[in-house]
Amino acid sequence: MGERIIDPATEGWAASWYEASARARLDGLLDAGSFREVIGPEQRRMSPHLPLFDLPRAFDDGMIVGSGRLDGKPVLVAAQEGRFMGGAFGEVHGAKLVGLLRAALALKPDAVLILFDTGGVRLQEANAGETAIAEVMRAITQVRAAGVPVIGLIGGRAGAYGGGGLIAGTCSRLVVSEGGRISVSGPEVIETNRGAEEFDSRDRALVWRTMGGKHRRLTGGADAYADDTVRAFRQAALDAIARAPAFDLATLEAEQKRLEERLARFGDCRDATEIWGRLGVNDPAAVPALTTAEFDALLAGLGETTHDAR
Amino acid sequence: MESLTFRHTTQKALPGAKAQAITGVVASGNLEVLLERALPASECTVEIETPIRGYGEVWAAVVADFVARAQPGGLRITVNDGGARPDTVSLRLLQGARLMEV
Amino acid sequence: MTRAKTTLSEILSSLFPEGHAVTVTNGLVSGEGPFRGGRLAVIGIDGDVPLGVEGACRLAADVLDVVRRGNRTPILVAIDSDSQRMSRRDELLGLNEYLAHLAKTLLLADAQGHPTVGLIYGHSAAGAFIATALATRILVGLPGANPSVMDLPSVARVTKLPLERLEAMAKDMPVFAPGLDNMVRTGAVQAVLDPARPLAEQIAAVIDALPAEDTRDRAGRERGGRPVAEAIAAQVVRDASLG
Repeated sequence: MGERIIDPATEGWAASWYEASARARLDGLLDAGSFREVIGPEQRRMSPHLPLFDLPRAFDDGMIVGSGRLDGKPVLVAAQEGRFMGGAFGEVHGAKLVGLLRAALALKPDAVLILFDTGGVRLQEANAGETAIAEVMRAITQVRAAGVPVIGLIGGRAGAYGGGGLIAGTCSRLVVSEGGRISVSGPEVIETNRGAEEFDSRDRALVWRTMGGKHRRLTGGADAYADDTVRAFRQAALDAIARAPAFDLATLEAEQKRLEERLARFGDCRDATEIWGRLGVNDPAAVPALTTAEFDALLAGLGETTHDAR
Repeated sequence: MESLTFRHTTQKALPGAKAQAITGVVASGNLEVLLERALPASECTVEIETPIRGYGEVWAAVVADFVARAQPGGLRITVNDGGARPDTVSLRLLQGARLMEV
Repeated sequence: MTRAKTTLSEILSSLFPEGHAVTVTNGLVSGEGPFRGGRLAVIGIDGDVPLGVEGACRLAADVLDVVRRGNRTPILVAIDSDSQRMSRRDELLGLNEYLAHLAKTLLLADAQGHPTVGLIYGHSAAGAFIATALATRILVGLPGANPSVMDLPSVARVTKLPLERLEAMAKDMPVFAPGLDNMVRTGAVQAVLDPARPLAEQIAAVIDALPAEDTRDRAGRERGGRPVAEAIAAQVVRDASLG
């Protein structure tokens, strides 16, 4: 495996998660010097397909996997680089995550951490990417059933879109920051298919309150809300490992109930602010501007958004 | 895609003992540089894959300037280019060489 | 090459010659029929309908009902759908959770001993495909089916490559081109069934030969549609260790 390879952009724990590269995130998330990469860039296991589209390749295909320690606990980690091909799932990219999850079944780490940063399937390798996403979801449920929590961390520039959103929904716990968007169809996709009246993708405030971290946390789509710093994600990941739900019939029945209740309660809402109002938020319009401390205080008064039904 | 390879002789080996390093990301206007201490002390190679064809002379000049400034003897350098400007390329190459000197 | 697709009612008649209790409501397929002395549960999507939050929730409830009743009843997931429903409302309500939940119910059923078989007989795409047919232990197809991630004109728009060039590339690049044959070569679809033979015995044979583990990447390598995925995953398993 050789020597650890790092990116000089690492600026320590205060660095912005959103701005950091995937390597810098891993470097700051894990205990210092503990990351050991598997299939590192020196092995040059790049996409066999991108050159046919005249597109440049990356040494790690935008997916960095390996092992490390989190406050001393042994963990397996995967990080997507959202700036390379939008962090999208291609053949090599997806297979590295599939392999990591299969390794987790044998190694039984304290957790598997997935640092999402993806637009979904890489169209140039669409069938391979889509199949890999299905393999990842199957493997995640097997890892969870074996008692190993799978924690998703979402705060990258590409968010967790398309199949990435489905994988996120399969994890035991999700940590999001303000910038972490979770969705299946992205704003541009909806606008292209349905028109700007349905979704104006240039309306960033609309994007944030429909798919962003605060909305997902308020509605129970994510379990923890973190500041946009590597330090905050590290602490949130540690907290999440300690209280991950099992993967069994009771959990999925509870999730069924939770999702049915959401439809019954909010199914006629047109905007996120209506949902927040019905949740009991006194001033929904003020939510986007709340600091993390203010937002956490708000959440503390809305117990129902915290659950084990995932 | 266009592939370019440049071989240079250096006066000395790059200091430091680090075996390998990577810097940068393959994105529009950016590039990644992988550096490996894999060659005899007086040699350096730079291999480039770029989607922008026809800029071989510019690459040759940027690489020659880098070799003269950094004296990266012993390094095998591999570049995946996302269409970076020459000044960005220079910066990343020098950044990479500094990482190897740690 | 272009064959008329088999209809859902033809499929159900061929599966359940003695009759069945499978119904279709707003494109959502649900019910069961007699099968090998027991029952075969069926869920699915018919009529190229997109899958939104309500549909995914309904189908997931049906799967959980089957799991709750136990008996290792096999589940067939029959799919002729559009992609996920693309709307502001669906995303506002957390479509990713609903689709993931549906997939998880199928994966849980599988883990609890219910054989799960996907049957793609029409279209399907993207999130709807991942949440349904691709979440089964094994996926088979019928001639005329047309699964895709995205159609080529849309791919052309996103990749900014000329459509004519993509069409030419699609002929020998199964890794990205739409269509059943390409999903077979990628390993996602294990086999294509023969619509002229009774489906009951063909599905029974598929269930009897269920692989013990996920073999899609191996099939992808053997069939040339995903040349490196299996080796990459295997290398990660081999090289990973807890430090």
